[in-house]
Amino acid sequence: MSIDLETAAKVAKLARIRVDEDALPALAQEFNTILGFIEQLGEVDVTGVEPMTSVTPQRLKRRDDVVTEGDQQDKILSNAPDAREGFFAVPKVVE
Amino acid sequence: MTDLNRLTISDARDALRKGDVTSVELTEACLSAVQGAGALNAFVHDTPDLARAQAQAADARIAQGDAPAMCGIPLGIKDLFCTRGVPSQAASRILEGFTPEYESTVTQNLFDAGAVMLGKLNMDEFAMGSSNETSCYGNVVNPWRRGNDEAALTPGGSSGGSASAVAADLCLAATGTDTGGSIRQPAAFTGITGIKPTYGRCSRWGVVAFASSLDQAGPMTKTVRDSAIMLGAMCGHDPKDSTSADIPVPDFEAMLTGDIKGKVIGIPKEYRMDGMPDEIEQLWADGTAMLKDAGADIRDISLPHTKYALPAYYVIAPAEASSNLARYDGVRYGHRAKLAQGDGITEMYEKTRAEGFGHEVQRRVMVGTYVLSAGFYDAYYNRARKVRTLIKRDFEEVFAAGIDAILTPATPSAAFGLGEMTDADPVQMYLNDVFTVTVNLAGLPGIAVPAGTDKQGLPLGLQLIGRPWDEGDLLNTAYALEQAAGFVAKPAKWW
Repeated sequence: MSIDLETAAKVAKLARIRVDEDALPALAQEFNTILGFIEQLGEVDVTGVEPMTSVTPQRLKRRDDVVTEGDQQDKILSNAPDAREGFFAVPKVVE
Repeated sequence: MTDLNRLTISDARDALRKGDVTSVELTEACLSAVQGAGALNAFVHDTPDLARAQAQAADARIAQGDAPAMCGIPLGIKDLFCTRGVPSQAASRILEGFTPEYESTVTQNLFDAGAVMLGKLNMDEFAMGSSNETSCYGNVVNPWRRGNDEAALTPGGSSGGSASAVAADLCLAATGTDTGGSIRQPAAFTGITGIKPTYGRCSRWGVVAFASSLDQAGPMTKTVRDSAIMLGAMCGHDPKDSTSADIPVPDFEAMLTGDIKGKVIGIPKEYRMDGMPDEIEQLWADGTAMLKDAGADIRDISLPHTKYALPAYYVIAPAEASSNLARYDGVRYGHRAKLAQGDGITEMYEKTRAEGFGHEVQRRVMVGTYVLSAGFYDAYYNRARKVRTLIKRDFEEVFAAGIDAILTPATPSAAFGLGEMTDADPVQMYLNDVFTVTVNLAGLPGIAVPAGTDKQGLPLGLQLIGRPWDEGDLLNTAYALEQAAGFVAKPAKWW
């Protein structure tokens, strides 16, 4: 499997990272090196093997569905690049 | 007492309890060591006011006779831990200006035990790297040098600031985190001890996430005893992390008897790599002989899927990273790119992430995006998770056959020069983690112990891998190895 420029551009788009057109060939080359390394996994016989979901056999704890630390609007907004009137502010999304 | 910053945790604790020294004195000694060590670039956000206040509180507590082992001990904290009111940016531009409103559970546990924070430590960006060259703060420099050669060496990564700071006696100990070897590899490169506990031992709450199924915090210390003391204070069940284990934390230090008679130590043949330097081979053989002399029973074992650990890791870790790092969108915290007229929300995401993430992080996020994308999910991600099951099974089988711990080299080489790997392809850098990454994939505890030096006088480490939840026994085996190896070398101060 080899990554072409179109696939590299598509991956960058999916990852929401802007990559300049002229940086795509080097990026595709790096992907190919890494994927070439990963290809070895194809040698392993994984017939009947379950994919791992949890490395330590434990049942995830459940907790009561209650508010434990609510009412902290100021704290939550304190690190926002742009907050207005108690909300996160972003560029216009809907025309 | 002179050079208080050079003390171990255990010696400092004893001196504090006897009243021979105060935490304020210890803290001042460390703060001036930090001040004088700018050339190492280990500390990136100093918190002297907080440190002094914590030290005074610790002294008051010690005076009242209520002093846990970590009370009054000055520490460095890796920048990956969120610390309330103190910049916590995972060495990334994208978290520039971020000051958390909350405290990570691990640092809270340490503060509850009376520990003192000197400041935040440099690291690879988002813990992605093995040489501390991907940090937005610039490279960390290893206090060790090759003899009289002044070339700057890497302290390893990603916990490179932690390793450099402990090795240079800027603090008594430091926190680290380990996703593929990020505690153990830098510990080995700087001649200190570092343990990655069993997955679930330390809470991940408030630790900036890289790969959630692999990440674990742990201590980086001057001795095995110090690791036992500090790990005990860091870990424990936390309702805020659903993968945190609700099991008792034993007194790890009390388990350090040094007696390993009859313990069965496995030597895995798959860790003998082609092209491994003779010095590493020799160190491994020496370590094996030391454990044998201490009364352990040495057995050759096989972990047949070892070869596939690194490729499986480089599917699973980037996949989880691409998901975890999706939160950096320029909306809730950190950096937001300046937008051009007419830019919408998609441009905001794309420009923010291009400006905020460094090259290695971008690459891993995109690799992760690719292996999770439609059409490749089964071929890459699911296959890697199946291989992970097999890697864990390899360990389960040898433990079931009576192996108590496994001895391996910690790294395939000594510390290399900063910039030496710049032109290598990314896979060459990934090979640094070849001996450590299996342990993360299997969720096991692993410890790096300094055991010797190479021809140029650089430290080399050995790794011991233990059964899940058996850190106490693992630390005791490491303690026996430490005593036999008698590694006491320190870097000559040049900074």
